Amino acid sequence: MRLFFGSCFTLVLAAIIGLGATWFTLTRGVAFGSLTVGAWTAWPKSGSVDIDPYARASIARTGELPIGTGDGVAFYAHTDDSGNVLDGRCMFSIAGMTPAARYWTLTLYDPQGRLVANVIRRHGFTSAEILREQNGRFVINVGPRARPGNWLPSGGVEQFILVWRLYDTPIGVAARTTKEGPMPAIERKGC
Amino acid sequence: MVRLALWILGALLLGGIVHLSTVLAMPQTAKQDAYSRLAPLTPVNVLTPLAAPTAADAVMPFMDPAFAVAVCRYDLSTGTLKFIAPVSQAYTSVTFYTRNSVAYYAINDRAAGRRTIELDLMTPQQHAQLPEEEGVTAADRLIIDSPSATGLIVLRALAPETGMTPTAQATLARAACRAAPQPQ
Repeated sequence: MRLFFGSCFTLVLAAIIGLGATWFTLTRGVAFGSLTVGAWTAWPKSGSVDIDPYARASIARTGELPIGTGDGVAFYAHTDDSGNVLDGRCMFSIAGMTPAARYWTLTLYDPQGRLVANVIRRHGFTSAEILREQNGRFVINVGPRARPGNWLPSGGVEQFILVWRLYDTPIGVAARTTKEGPMPAIERKGC
Repeated sequence: MVRLALWILGALLLGGIVHLSTVLAMPQTAKQDAYSRLAPLTPVNVLTPLAAPTAADAVMPFMDPAFAVAVCRYDLSTGTLKFIAPVSQAYTSVTFYTRNSVAYYAINDRAAGRRTIELDLMTPQQHAQLPEEEGVTAADRLIIDSPSATGLIVLRALAPETGMTPTAQATLARAACRAAPQPQ
């Protein structure tokens, strides 16, 4: 009898531990070989056959197609540089320079990867569209209310994420992962 | 107490096995992966343009709205495949995915180095069966080995500005994906 209850207890606990760990790793986006610059994180290996099992499982669950390594690399930001969650009701500025790439795009999604509805139907910028200062730097204002210059509307959603995709870039292809920067800084400007 | 600790230790070990096996099984069992999402929209071995993602609707999550996208859902079981795409003014790329969304090959217009990207896709078995003479001219032909018999070819053309979307879409319209003629 004791053996029976012990086995039941063990099996139930094992199921909770195993499935819980799987759920946790897949929803939190655990993957190896990440490349972090400031608030931005990329997983260059996810676009190649060297993709790890966690990233494979995560991609199968969400239904996305990762950007191929020969194509480019995608950097994801879930917070600003100080660690604040990207809240669509606050104003954020993205300022600085980008690493070398033939083209880049910046896109704003909700945490599930859907575009966010807004009146001007702008979901992002490309490197060709952006207004720059004379030294090549740029500032993008992300927030619910219209701003002069580069305004990326956040539609007032509770949380959003930013994806910076660099196309035709040496980043992520080279073995060295240090000194990849600079990526633009994200700063909260008030709510 | 010792007995309880042993039961818990057993649960931890078993839980680890459950965790690893579910993670490894996920790509095979996922019902909403990219291939499954595209299957009802795209005929086999035909290049099909995808609708641009909007806030209300998107075929897949995390699609880049700056790109026009076309997909060729391929099946190599009946023969090899030929893929031809003209290069757009801005940026064009072709990425090959296995049935389970692993990107095993990607090439962009600059790496292709020509005005058109021209590729032959086949399984390693079909590649091995190519006649010898054709091997000589292999340098002119870009042959891609697909690790799986089915998969996805995704052609992406960038519209650097919103007004250039029709140009990017026109690039996709001139691209083609078709079964290669069977050798006699």
